Amino acid sequence: MSGNEKLKAELARWSAGVEKSLAKHPERRERFVTGSKAPVERLYTPVDLEGRDHLEDIGLPGEYPFTRGVQSTMYRGRFWTMRQYAGFATAEESNKRYKYLLEQGQTGLSVAFDLPTQIGYDSDHPLSAGEVGKVGVAIDSLADMEILFDGIPLDKVSTSMTINAPAAVLLAMYIAVAEKQGVTPDKLNGTIQNDILKEYVARGTYIFPPEPSMRLITDIFAYCSKEVPAWNTISISGYHIREAGSTAVQEVAFTLADGIAYVEAAIKAGLDVDEFAPRLSFFFNAHNDLFEEVAKFRAARRLWAKVMKERFGAKSPKSWMLRFHTQTGGSTLTAQQPDNNVVRVAVQALAAVLGGTQSLHTNSRDEALALPTEESVRIALRTQQIIANESGAAETVDPLAGSYYVESLTNRIEDEAWNYIRKIDSLGGAVKAIEHGFVQQEIQDAAYAYQMDVESGERVVVGLNKFQVKEAAPEGLLRVDPSVGASQAAKLEALRAKRDSARVEAALASLKAASKSDANLMPPIVEAVKAYATLGEICDVLRATFGEYQQKVTI
Amino acid sequence: MERTIRVLVAKPGLDGHDRGAKVIARALRDAGMEVVYTGLRQTPEQIVQAAVQEDVDVIAMSILSGAHNHLFPRVTELLAEKKVDDVLVIGGGVIPEGDYEFLKSKGIAAIFGPGTPTATTVEFIRTHLKR
Amino acid sequence: MGDRGAPDPEGVVDLIRAGDARTIARAITRAESGDPGVEAALRLLHRHTGKAHVVGVTGPPGSGKSTLVDKLVKTYRERGLSVGVVAVDPSSPFTGGAVLGDRIRMQGRALDEGVFIRSLATRGSLGGLSKACAETVRILDAAGYERVIIETVGVGQSEVDIVKLADSVLLVSVPGLGDDIQAIKAGVMEIGDVFVVNKADRDGADRVVREIRAMLETAWVNTGAGGRLIASGGAHHAASPSNTAAGVADEDPHAFLAKLPPVLKTVAETGEGVGALVEAVEAHRAKLVESGLLEERRKANAAAELKAALAARVLARLEAGPAGAELLRLAGELATRERDLYDALETLEGILSASGSPLAGRSGTNPGQAGD
Repeated sequence: MSGNEKLKAELARWSAGVEKSLAKHPERRERFVTGSKAPVERLYTPVDLEGRDHLEDIGLPGEYPFTRGVQSTMYRGRFWTMRQYAGFATAEESNKRYKYLLEQGQTGLSVAFDLPTQIGYDSDHPLSAGEVGKVGVAIDSLADMEILFDGIPLDKVSTSMTINAPAAVLLAMYIAVAEKQGVTPDKLNGTIQNDILKEYVARGTYIFPPEPSMRLITDIFAYCSKEVPAWNTISISGYHIREAGSTAVQEVAFTLADGIAYVEAAIKAGLDVDEFAPRLSFFFNAHNDLFEEVAKFRAARRLWAKVMKERFGAKSPKSWMLRFHTQTGGSTLTAQQPDNNVVRVAVQALAAVLGGTQSLHTNSRDEALALPTEESVRIALRTQQIIANESGAAETVDPLAGSYYVESLTNRIEDEAWNYIRKIDSLGGAVKAIEHGFVQQEIQDAAYAYQMDVESGERVVVGLNKFQVKEAAPEGLLRVDPSVGASQAAKLEALRAKRDSARVEAALASLKAASKSDANLMPPIVEAVKAYATLGEICDVLRATFGEYQQKVTI
Repeated sequence: MERTIRVLVAKPGLDGHDRGAKVIARALRDAGMEVVYTGLRQTPEQIVQAAVQEDVDVIAMSILSGAHNHLFPRVTELLAEKKVDDVLVIGGGVIPEGDYEFLKSKGIAAIFGPGTPTATTVEFIRTHLKR
Repeated sequence: MGDRGAPDPEGVVDLIRAGDARTIARAITRAESGDPGVEAALRLLHRHTGKAHVVGVTGPPGSGKSTLVDKLVKTYRERGLSVGVVAVDPSSPFTGGAVLGDRIRMQGRALDEGVFIRSLATRGSLGGLSKACAETVRILDAAGYERVIIETVGVGQSEVDIVKLADSVLLVSVPGLGDDIQAIKAGVMEIGDVFVVNKADRDGADRVVREIRAMLETAWVNTGAGGRLIASGGAHHAASPSNTAAGVADEDPHAFLAKLPPVLKTVAETGEGVGALVEAVEAHRAKLVESGLLEERRKANAAAELKAALAARVLARLEAGPAGAELLRLAGELATRERDLYDALETLEGILSASGSPLAGRSGTNPGQAGD
């Protein structure tokens, strides 16, 4: 400690000198803050880390509390999975895009579904009008899923599906397609998002109320732990919470609070924590403040490890590990001077890599304008490949550890996230906090403050409120063929005529019975899917039993 | 007489991204307007019915899913069917500039893309009211 | 503003009575903003009102009122009754703006022509809101809506005043708001005709029910008053000043309990208990009608409305006349302690009596004549 005493004396001397010179050479601003508006000091030194224990707080890679990463060799073993979220209009087109991406060196698939699919409506439902195929692929039945993965060996790829409320149905379809390829469920690798709580607060594609939704989720946990053991059964997502306007701290806190709620639900449903916890995965955002973002990922890992070990008494180290996917921040992209977004994405992707992500999606420069073109997607993927192969960031484990600044930020984010988690606990947990509107209100306040800072010029967004240029409307944007809705509807009509309707009826009837009992819903859903019951039909059965969620609105 | 401006902020379609809609709702409120917020997943029929019952001066819609060319014009069509000609209709969200012309021809008075300051929208409303 | 419907009051009234949504909505806007152009129509409309049964719903924030109202509307619709809803939300005291979000929770009724939902902001002045709300109710009433529900946050006197416009008042409570019934205690308890414990699937619901019952019994015994309280229980005791604890004790305890307002449990989210709640409201309505109390209550409400309107008008005219300047001057002297309140009042009263009635000389109240 005597070293710090000497340092403190030196610091005091140095600070006095700096303060004096400020009159002549003032700093750029009075207050410096991070991207999330946390204060930033002029200088960080070992004094800022006083009272911290290196082994306890930071430790070693691959070991509790995993601050430095979940694997001991990290990217020296292999790079993160480069996984670009993609899905276009029809299963046929998406299938083509997946094959293209695999040829380009992408190592995992990520399926984007259109909104009707995400909300459990068939393409010919009145509410689907205008939305079919717009933000992803339209899947109405197993027939579409068969086309989507045609020629893609499901035992060789890992597939991430961004699907939440009807996750059980899409997973069932995936299992059924694999079976037709001769691949048994135990060979399947991938992730379903399956995170309903953040849908209520940030993303909006909910169907059922919280309670039956949590049941569907724990049913999936239970089913997969036996039948599809390598599947990541949930991707607990902070990404959308951040997109909705939260701060970095809120992203960590609300995501982990959701995680706690899922673990509690699963334990309550009678599952053993070490049986399902290793299959939990997370999904975070990466914004522009490089150091804060890196610290965020490190803090999240440490926090989750403590939660799992201390709160839930998990014994397996695999249960303690927070493994996560990262996507660069969509809301940071500007419609103005869209090529600048390539640079933003590079910084954000670097943050994710320095933060130890397991997989990464880099956004395309034109996403503030429309769905990305093939060229833009390629640049985005190349950005990852440059970081991996040229930047050197992947050559050693957790290279920013020991930075006084990054370690201080990591500590602060963890502390503040704990405060939120305690607050949410006092409200009765994440589900209750959401029902109260607490989480929504916190996010919206942050979103509004951000907007006001941009409008006042307090926060500079290059090309948007500073360094603007006159520019022509961008050209060559991707357009979704508006006839997709009609062609999906025609496909549905043909399917309904062709399929064995008695088998469909029977499957839906047993699903209905199961929904009213305590039985696991996965087996009857798999049966219904195999009978070519449509997504809408299956969800309608569940809607009838469970009811629909009514949005809790806070402004 | 000083009349309070009433605005319906609506999310047509299925997309659940309401950050922008809520930020604008709050900004309009802070500009002294009364904002009726509809919540997510509104059909054009619901939006028009709410606009009529609430007698709003403005309908402000936000879409990020790409369904704007279908849903925005449905709203103005329904307004026309009901002979409502004094409501200002504006839109926002992720909408390619190439679509602005089409939407304007369908009676959407202005489109506010990503990055538009809320003050711009407030000012536009104040200067373009139809009654 | 546009002038659709303005020139012809009879036409406006006909359209309102025919249920034309745009005319109804525009008339509400005009009444709300105090537009004198709508006065003629409101006058004509008045004789077509009084048919709707007006139900006030109030309770603390977070008690699930909007969802409950949605389910009430649904239940009424299933019984073939058309429903108007007036949802009141507070305006910001700083900017005057407001976010009116109650409509969201009533989306279940969207597109049903038998339902008209209107959101009102409080817009600062309490008297103004009461008036706007009363006019809105009358317009919906004249338009043929058979039940009109007023929904407002029960946090202050203004809300209490609004909800008093109703024939039947529902006080909504909910378990788990800390001091459970605190929120409806102060000054609000006595206006309830039907008590609702919503979110009754939560822990503590039965305790809240017991607490409300206990308070009702105490109030009944102690005061023998709370005119509305007793009115909802049974007509004959309403005006009896001898309704002391001793008097009550003589009665059959079952009869006594039967006179207390009902306390019902609901789970608005699922609709549980809402059917029984509608029954209770309808029973209250039947009782009011049978006993003649409905007329009495409406008379009292009308008197209150008239007084408030008169006070507002007198004050407005006073401020516009010579006394207005004097008032401001006196207020200044009051503030600097040169004068006391009573002194100032006497001075103003002197001016008023010198100029005769404050309403003297007003000739523009009849729209048929030239204005002043």
